[in-house]
Amino acid sequence: MILPLLIGLLFLGGLLAWFSERINPVWPRWVALGALGLELLLMLGLLGASPENGWLAEYNRAWLPRFGISLHFAADGLSLLLLLLTAFLGVIAVGSAWNEITERVGFFYFNLLWTLAGVVGIFTALDLFLFFFFWEVMLIPMYFIIAIWGHENKFYAAKKFFIFTQVSGLLMLVAIAVLAWFHYLQLGFFSFDYFDLLNVRMNRGMEMWVMLGFFIGFATKLPSAPFHNWLPDAHSQAPSAGSIILAGVLLKTGAYGLIRFAVPLFPNAAAEFAPVAMTLAAISILYCAKVAFAQADLKRLIAYTSVSHMGFVTLGVYAWNELALQGAVMTMLAHGLSSAALFMLAGGLQHRIHTRNMHEMGGFWGRVPRMSAVAMFFSIAALGMPGLGNFIGEFLSLLGAFQANPLLTIVSAFGLIFASVYSLWVMQKVFQGKYAGDAFDGGGLRDLDNREMAFYAAMMLGLLWMGVYPQSFLDLSAPTLQALLDGELGQSLTGVARP
Amino acid sequence: MNLVSMDFAGYTMGARDLIPLLPLIILTAASVWVMLAIGVKRNYAVALGSTVNGLLLALLMAHGLMLEPEFAAMPLLGMDSYAQFFTVLICATAIGVCLLGHNYWSGFDDQREEFLLLLLLATLGAVVLAGANHFASLLLGLEILSMSLYGMLAYPLQSRQHKGHALEATIKYLILSAVSTAMILFGVALVFAETGSLAFTGLELLPAGPGIAFSTVALLLISAGIAFKLSLFPFHIWTPDVYEGAPAPATAFLATIGKLAVFIVLLRIMVETRALGMAPVVIVFSLLALLSIIAGNLLALLQDNLKRILAYSSIAHMGYLLIAVIASFYSDGPIGIEAVSFYLLAYVVMTLGAFGVVALVSSHAGERDGIADYQGLFWRRPWLAASFTGMLLSLAGIPLTAGFIGKFYLILAGVESGLWLLLGALVVGSGIGLYYYLRIVYRMLLPQPENAPVLERGSAGFAVVLALFALLILFGVYPASLMSLIEAIAL
Repeated sequence: MILPLLIGLLFLGGLLAWFSERINPVWPRWVALGALGLELLLMLGLLGASPENGWLAEYNRAWLPRFGISLHFAADGLSLLLLLLTAFLGVIAVGSAWNEITERVGFFYFNLLWTLAGVVGIFTALDLFLFFFFWEVMLIPMYFIIAIWGHENKFYAAKKFFIFTQVSGLLMLVAIAVLAWFHYLQLGFFSFDYFDLLNVRMNRGMEMWVMLGFFIGFATKLPSAPFHNWLPDAHSQAPSAGSIILAGVLLKTGAYGLIRFAVPLFPNAAAEFAPVAMTLAAISILYCAKVAFAQADLKRLIAYTSVSHMGFVTLGVYAWNELALQGAVMTMLAHGLSSAALFMLAGGLQHRIHTRNMHEMGGFWGRVPRMSAVAMFFSIAALGMPGLGNFIGEFLSLLGAFQANPLLTIVSAFGLIFASVYSLWVMQKVFQGKYAGDAFDGGGLRDLDNREMAFYAAMMLGLLWMGVYPQSFLDLSAPTLQALLDGELGQSLTGVARP
Repeated sequence: MNLVSMDFAGYTMGARDLIPLLPLIILTAASVWVMLAIGVKRNYAVALGSTVNGLLLALLMAHGLMLEPEFAAMPLLGMDSYAQFFTVLICATAIGVCLLGHNYWSGFDDQREEFLLLLLLATLGAVVLAGANHFASLLLGLEILSMSLYGMLAYPLQSRQHKGHALEATIKYLILSAVSTAMILFGVALVFAETGSLAFTGLELLPAGPGIAFSTVALLLISAGIAFKLSLFPFHIWTPDVYEGAPAPATAFLATIGKLAVFIVLLRIMVETRALGMAPVVIVFSLLALLSIIAGNLLALLQDNLKRILAYSSIAHMGYLLIAVIASFYSDGPIGIEAVSFYLLAYVVMTLGAFGVVALVSSHAGERDGIADYQGLFWRRPWLAASFTGMLLSLAGIPLTAGFIGKFYLILAGVESGLWLLLGALVVGSGIGLYYYLRIVYRMLLPQPENAPVLERGSAGFAVVLALFALLILFGVYPASLMSLIEAIAL
């Protein structure tokens, strides 16, 4: 019962935030913060739950019995880690929007909470129709966030984001329909339930086509080259809170989809496809790192580095061994925090000096030392400094991938070097050197206040924890990953509703 | 010679057979009543009340008869569950158009009552089509529907305030509609010459195998005529001009009931006669679907007028629907018919809602249908704009709306029949479609212009739009009961 509650809370909180604006324009942000705080507490409560068959919580009710579709939610360790990340970054996003969003405040927090509700649905849905439902539900509010509160080229960016995700999503819907149809042919009744569909057997060609439908859907969201094209536009045009949610949470839904669905549902096709996927990952890592280096727009640069880092996730997933999967999950979590922090910094800078062009920046360390130090910390985290979460993730991912495909792993490892190059280059360009005070509107350049520092400190703490004692995270995801690897997923607690 | 005598062999009509025809009888009586009421004393309120009540009565009657299969088949009109289900839908839509027209025509400087009379008659024609299982009743229904529509499309012509192109719209529709009816007639004559029967089932008697050219020509003529009415590519050319030129309530009627009624009868022909078993028919319908989806969506990209955008998008939607019609032949089980039924219902809800918003923003004195007229609507009339956004997203097939469930049905039907090419067109078409739907949504989100026209609040029409919005969400989130109903009424 807790899982529908988690989703309902966000939907309801969103409506409440919207309507509370009529009473007082300050209320929506408090309502949003309250809803997300409560959400986080409820999720932390799940940590204490004792797993049954590997599932911490489950909820299963018939929804559309004609096609065997049910409201089937369940959470295991993997889901829970990502749920915690979602709620945590939700709080951070509210914090970053706190003073930045001044127009149509109620509608903004409504969209923010509904996006997060869709994400929570994705991380817990175990019915493929339901999963797809949430996959698309989160698009509309995100579209509004970019299109209404975005920057100069927002409509183009919002539209591109929507169309890329929707078209790839429809391909996935066709693939889901084929899968359900094969289930009908083999077992005589329709079902979209994950546990039922795991048993579907297909011939080699069909399995590959259907798997590709899923892969394109997830690789677009992840994103992996060559489907990454929407991301730099969406990120650079979105308001900071939108970028935080996009980079920190939305990209992870693609990775989650690969781990939970794309590989386990089609083990043979995925194994056959793995070299291609890992090649795409290596291309993402190197090519997008190179492109990032060529950007002048700070947010675009961070966006390209995101694609590059998510390449390690793809690499890890398709290596399909425990080390690599652990690495992929750790990278998802650590990148969620570090990229969110970097986007928040870039957004904060833009809010202060009204430009994202790095050529107009320089020498900020003297003026805004706190901000510069924070930027230094997260740049170093992103480039994979040992002791911080990103290092653990990328290292484990490479270690695992080496067992599967040494050549591609060696090539991908160069991504770590490129990451150092662009990260340090940004630090030099923006924060060191001569103060470029006349190139931009410097009047608003002030240092981070205590509220902002608190948010950054929370994220720093998270990254440090992941870097120094990753075991606490690995322990949570290990049972899920082990079950996925063995192909012996814990069966549903309540059993699947039969027509 | 009694041409249809063969189809009636051994059939005598009893009083009991009138029961399934009650919705038709009520509609006819209501038309006569409204005509007499207008003749005695012109009173718009009385005419509107009688029309809505007549439609409501027919709706309730059809609803009561919906799951009573013992009244099934009769020659000419088979008012089975399938027909009664769509009668309910048609009558409900007609009530919606009446109420939307109430705002639109307020302050009109000409007589308003006859519009309702025409609307009732057109509805009668549509209901005849819903039950038609014989080419005589098909043509009868088509003509009642089209003749009334000519009047509705040209309705504001005598008004001094009218600045649009209603006459152009009517003439175009009149000529092309007459031509398409002639084509159907020619095709029917060929069928009759070959088989001696005018019942749909007579198509099964058409010779197959070698020498099928005769049958093929007959079927293709009928298909082309129906494709005109459904404005499938390449028979679509009239659609945008007629949609744009006609007054918004008439356009709403044409776009919903006008399409719905023809589609109902097309599906019945295809299912009852298995005409899709003939290779030329399948090829032609697949091509029609493919081209309609691609051309409709591409042409909509180029438009700045909302009614034209909706016209082209309706061409694409008819293409999507054809996928399910083709699937109804190939899939074992009624999934194709269910998909058509659900999608038609969703299509009517979202199209009526979209045109309803246009009708609320416009008035008889001038259509406000340029995209620019909708700029900032979100901040002026949030509920109206939210409903409109819902309708557009539903047309685009986004979850939480009925359009998504409809698209899901289509995909499932297509997958079961292995229509991969058409499914590919569906995916590509939906992607292109998003572009122009989002353009409208974005326009509504922009800050409103300084000289924004003041919108008066029309209560009845606004209530209709809100009700449609609620239905849209209900069928998008919890369609289970509707799904089982549709499963029960499938042919």
